[in-house]
Amino acid sequence: MASGTAPAPRLPGLSAAGSFGRAALTVLPFLTLAALWQAGSTVLPPYLLPPVTEILGRAATILTTGELLGEVLATVARTLGGLAGAFLLGGLLAALMGRSRLTARLLSPLLTFLQGIPALSWVVFAVIWFRGTEVRIFFIMLVTTLPAFTFQLLDAYRSIPRDLAEMVASFRPRRWQMFSRLVWPAVLPGILTAWKVNLGNASRVVVVAELVGATGGVGYELLQQQQLFDMAGAMAWTLQLVLFVLLVQWAISAIEAAAFRYRAVSERAL
Amino acid sequence: MPEVFDQAPPARQAGPAEIRFEGVSKWYGGSRESGFLAVDAVDLEVRRGELVALLGKTGCGKSTLFNMIAGLQAPSAGTLRVQGHDPFRDFAALRGHISIVFQNDRLLPWRNALDNAAFGLEMMDVPKAERHAKARHWLARLGLHGHEADYPHALSGGMRQRVAIARAFATEAPIMLCDEPFSALDEITASRLRGEFSELVRETGRTAVFITHSIGEALEIGSRIVVLQRPARIAYEATMAGAGEAERTQIRARIRETLAL
Ligand SMILES: Nc1ncnc2c1ncn2[C@@H]1O[C@H](COP(=O)(O)OP(=O)(O)OP(=O)(O)O)[C@@H](O)[C@H]1O
Ligand SMILES: [Mg+2]
Repeated sequence: MASGTAPAPRLPGLSAAGSFGRAALTVLPFLTLAALWQAGSTVLPPYLLPPVTEILGRAATILTTGELLGEVLATVARTLGGLAGAFLLGGLLAALMGRSRLTARLLSPLLTFLQGIPALSWVVFAVIWFRGTEVRIFFIMLVTTLPAFTFQLLDAYRSIPRDLAEMVASFRPRRWQMFSRLVWPAVLPGILTAWKVNLGNASRVVVVAELVGATGGVGYELLQQQQLFDMAGAMAWTLQLVLFVLLVQWAISAIEAAAFRYRAVSERAL
Repeated sequence: MPEVFDQAPPARQAGPAEIRFEGVSKWYGGSRESGFLAVDAVDLEVRRGELVALLGKTGCGKSTLFNMIAGLQAPSAGTLRVQGHDPFRDFAALRGHISIVFQNDRLLPWRNALDNAAFGLEMMDVPKAERHAKARHWLARLGLHGHEADYPHALSGGMRQRVAIARAFATEAPIMLCDEPFSALDEITASRLRGEFSELVRETGRTAVFITHSIGEALEIGSRIVVLQRPARIAYEATMAGAGEAERTQIRARIRETLAL
């Protein structure tokens, strides 16, 4: 039972959950899944359900072998590079659309149209349009994450409270002051959320993008494992990407926790 | 009944015109006929050193008048000049010349009380040490000593409003616009601040326009009282400077009458 002086619980309905409790709650479902999987692996052949221990062993090998780790890092760099490009271009488009209704009217349908094109189609287009693996991959990453990034940034820009914008404007700031003292702090939460969301999308697209002829990277390795019917290898490589996404999400959450301490925390959940 | 107080204030207290409305109208959407008319051909002159109390029923266009003086909205018709400038177009010319206490606090949630109070000075490029000293001074005068590091969400409504007042006062702008600044405060604090405010305006020769819903407040601090009808248009005007007890009673009655129309 939480005593009267204990800090208010973060998770509604879980009054006794301390930091240990919370960690346990995160790990428990995964442990259960792993246990079921391990049990299944004693019954089914290893090319269907390889033992968890083997998968983890292979994953550890990838992380500790310089050459293999390099391939993971190549994929990571492609993901972050594409996202950075989409963020910059999306930020520019969002600023234009936020400041001019006409631009917004003209660009929104186009972006929505782009959003409907499957990643695999972009792979085909990129192969025909561009030479060089990295250029193709960058193009695919950019074009698949750009629309969502732009819409999310535009939304963040448009949600800046009008009241506050008028208060700031009443002091007649310069453009730069308006941006650095109001726009940036007001849209930052939206930017970080957009990064989290798009990171998930990008990590799924990047392995497809690597089919354009990359001779390294997680996508390339996955294809190899498929040809060898190596289930443990396929899972070990997949785990690398998942770990990467988790790591970055965790880093963003840490930034949020530090940067948004000013926010009120309600004791009662909505 | 002689209408001596309905005329322009006597010349002896009149400085140059700081704010001048000439036939200013404001409508939202469409034209004067098809849109929503909020301000209807207002002629008003506020001279340096005056403290004009603006009274009027809710929704009569008082905040709209303020927004036009502040340069946040442009008049739909007529001319408005603040210190000779068009407040909407000559954006940079009036930097540091106008400060506003808005009807709601409008604090930046990511800044603590001190940095919110120093915000106007920051926009005027006042160095950090100096603006913090001024902000601290005003926070303390408003009874917020010890709360400098608090974020807005941890302050009460009245405390937030006081931070907003500190933000406006700290800039020492020659023109002050206050939109019911004390309505969120308890009567004791409000009355103390009212006194300090009118003293400040008088001492420093500032010009202030002050919106209020309270006739008592208007009579207490206004050097001139302007009553608006809906849509905003001057319905009654009285100069308080030099008015004796009997005149005050008469003015109070006239304001009541006008507001009841
Ligand atoms: N942006 C807007 N668009 C359309 N109508 C508006 C807008 N702003 C204000 N109005 C209208 O103009 C009228 C005057 O509004 P304003 O805020 O100036 O009133 P007010 O005198 O300050 O009222 P209160 O005393 O309640 O604060 C109101 O009827 C309001 O509905
Ligand atoms: Mg108002």
